[in-house]
Amino acid sequence: MLELTSLTKCFGGLTAVNGISARFERGTINAIIGPNGAGKTTFFNLVSGALCPTSGRIVLDGRDVTGLRADQVARLGVARTFQSTTLFDGASVLDNLIVGHRLRTRSTLLDVVLGTRRLRDEERAARAKAREALDFVGLAHLEARLAGDISQEQRKRVAFALALATDPVLVLLDEPAGGVNPEETAGLADLIRKMKASGLTVCLIEHKMDMIMNLADRILVLNYGERIAEGTPAEIRANPVVIEAYLGSEHAAT
Amino acid sequence: MSRHERYGWSALLLLALAFPWLAGNDYHLTVMSTAYIYAIATVGLNLITGYTGQFNLAHSGFMAVGAYTVGILTVDHGMPFWAAFALSGPVAALLGYFVGLVSLRLKTHFFSIFTLCVGYIMFLLIEKWEGLTHGTTGIVGIPAPESFAGLDFSEPRTQYYMVLLFLAASLWIMHRIVRSLLGRTFIAIRNGDELAQALGIDLMRNKLLAFMLSVFFAGMAGGLYAGYVRFIGPGIAAVEQTFDMTMYMLIGGIGTLAGPLLGAIGVPWLTQYLQFLQDYRFVVFGPVLVLLVIFLPHGVVGTWLLRRRRRDAERAAQPGSATPQAGARARKGTRHA
Amino acid sequence: MELFLQQVLNGLTLGGVYCLVALGLTLVYGILHVPNFAHGAFYMAGAYVAFFLVTRLGFGYWAALAGAAAAVALISVLSERLVFYPLRNAPYLHHMIASIGILLFLESGAQAIWGADFHRMDTPYNGILSFGGVILPAQRLLIIGAAFLLVALLQLFLKKTVTGATIVALAQNREGAALVGIDANRVAMLTFAIAGALAGMAAVLYAPINLVYTSMGHLVITKAFVIIVLGGMGSVPGAIVGGLIIGFAEAFGAFYISTDYKDIIAFALLVLILSLRPQGLFQKGAH
Repeated sequence: MLELTSLTKCFGGLTAVNGISARFERGTINAIIGPNGAGKTTFFNLVSGALCPTSGRIVLDGRDVTGLRADQVARLGVARTFQSTTLFDGASVLDNLIVGHRLRTRSTLLDVVLGTRRLRDEERAARAKAREALDFVGLAHLEARLAGDISQEQRKRVAFALALATDPVLVLLDEPAGGVNPEETAGLADLIRKMKASGLTVCLIEHKMDMIMNLADRILVLNYGERIAEGTPAEIRANPVVIEAYLGSEHAAT
Repeated sequence: MSRHERYGWSALLLLALAFPWLAGNDYHLTVMSTAYIYAIATVGLNLITGYTGQFNLAHSGFMAVGAYTVGILTVDHGMPFWAAFALSGPVAALLGYFVGLVSLRLKTHFFSIFTLCVGYIMFLLIEKWEGLTHGTTGIVGIPAPESFAGLDFSEPRTQYYMVLLFLAASLWIMHRIVRSLLGRTFIAIRNGDELAQALGIDLMRNKLLAFMLSVFFAGMAGGLYAGYVRFIGPGIAAVEQTFDMTMYMLIGGIGTLAGPLLGAIGVPWLTQYLQFLQDYRFVVFGPVLVLLVIFLPHGVVGTWLLRRRRRDAERAAQPGSATPQAGARARKGTRHA
Repeated sequence: MELFLQQVLNGLTLGGVYCLVALGLTLVYGILHVPNFAHGAFYMAGAYVAFFLVTRLGFGYWAALAGAAAAVALISVLSERLVFYPLRNAPYLHHMIASIGILLFLESGAQAIWGADFHRMDTPYNGILSFGGVILPAQRLLIIGAAFLLVALLQLFLKKTVTGATIVALAQNREGAALVGIDANRVAMLTFAIAGALAGMAAVLYAPINLVYTSMGHLVITKAFVIIVLGGMGSVPGAIVGGLIIGFAEAFGAFYISTDYKDIIAFALLVLILSLRPQGLFQKGAH
């Protein structure tokens, strides 16, 4: 459902992503791995529209979305999370999620000033969606808690919920298990499986190999901005090029 | 709005309505009315700075634009006050559209510096362009609003209620905006451009809207100022006015609805009562501002709201959820609103 | 021809003053990552301290200059420790507001002590030289000379000493510098001290020409911001080049276009450039 052709991004003289082609099938969990500096986050930024590719094509569900802005891509159904999520700490968790549905609403300033029916309906819908998303990630009981008062793992889940509230078809997760312990990591992995089960396509960047190997349907390996391998976890585990890339980067000076 | 909030606002309104009888003399009416006018402008500034996260240092310039629109049209072109006043907000907003178009693409610091420069340009233009603005002499003899329905607007009490009406209307509209999906959109932008975009929010469009709305309020306040004080000079465009309003916002509570209002009303009264402070008010307020920013960044209203929200949250929380320590740990590393 | 050279002289004078102010501002930006609006007040404070030293304590001009530099350096360091350091994790808006608080405090403090009048600052260099039809007031020559000397000394310090190199590293990239184990606090204080001293000295140099008054820092600081935005925040060469450009633009603009609107030149330049290139002229050190 997402097809990338020869995606390239240059920053001046530096080529961060070089000619990456990939295919992500609907309803699968795809992991993107690679040593530090391999271009993974840049890759995400290209897919989500945060960056404009220097060359190459991005096709989402048959539609060419290359060069669209991040908010336009989001409206087409691509949601993403970030390595660190800034929430409005002074408001409740639910309050933070309501804006997630904004992109599906059409109310304007006029609606706001006049207090129209459309606005009320849409706000109700947004609130319901927020609850639904919060429930999906298993945190319905934290609805009224202040966003500043929840744990790191819960923050990660809230970030997922925010992405889910946008009614996406594709979810990009940037290091979803960053900073959480192994038990919590397993919990998040379960959540990702649940997302797949509900029909979503998931792409994630992650460094935790155990989690990836057990979770992903397919893995894309990047190094120095290029795709060096792609396949099932079993194939990747046995791939000598991949092993070389990781071992090589360990030996190289930082 | 919760019941508490409704009571609070109703109480404030009643006090405001009764104020002329409590005040005792016209001087107090003047202080309060002027405070109301600046409150309208401050509430506008709060929209772009407090809710959307962009610190606009040209705000007083836009207020001056509104004031001079009224001044020039009435004094130099004989337009009736109400007609000119109706234009004060839209003219400011139109100018805001162009300034915003260019400036809102910039990152936060650049935006502030840019608007600082725009503000200076506005001030210098007003001061030097004598043909249009009468230069340093300013515009004198702005007519009072024409009376209608038997109301004489040159009378202090009537003026007071007129200004109060506009303040109430402004607050009401602002309240609608910030509680709505639109307001949440602005807050999302303040929390982070990238995240807001990832949520499908068109940054430029929304920032521009917030900016235009905020300077509309400034322009309108400027128009009211012209009709109330009846004399304007380049000084109202000076960046010090924006600093004043920033102080009101911070003391009251940035990013809240009542905060800027209470700050804009409380601080001038404070300086009134502390007469000796009148000349030295910034010697005191400078450090106060710094202390507030360090120790009470949410301002008076903001801190109170936060505490109340936390109490409500704890009351609603079920046992067995995240421990308080986890909450504290999470709070350490997070960005505060 | 003489008029042209006259403007060159004016441009150098202005440019020299702007350079000194902008240099301090750009170094501090590297530490704070936030524009320090109080820098203009540091400038003003320098002039007032020198004024006080000269009129009340009978200091000579150079002694007053040194005294002003030391005093403003101290004020600057205090600002860093008492205000900016506690706010290091706060959102940028708070930094900006806090710097405004310092600005208000210093300006109103000066006004409380010395009143809102304009004051004369005397200088022993009242002479006027003449060279080929160009009038060279001694004070202007002094400003140019002193400014270049200070800039040269600063450059030497930044390039040739370890501490100096550290400051540059920190100004360009705080996180990176911290990783390499540099004591950020000590360096931050030193940077603030230098910035303050530069601003104070610039004011004392320029005050005999431009008078001493509480809002004297406003236009200067705003132009300094223009300079560092155009020259690249955190870039020392950028501040120097930018300062000279603005200085010349103003001098020539004032003469050939209009004296009334000369102050707008710097701001108009900024508006123009940022409109066309939102990231500034240089990407190095941009955030």
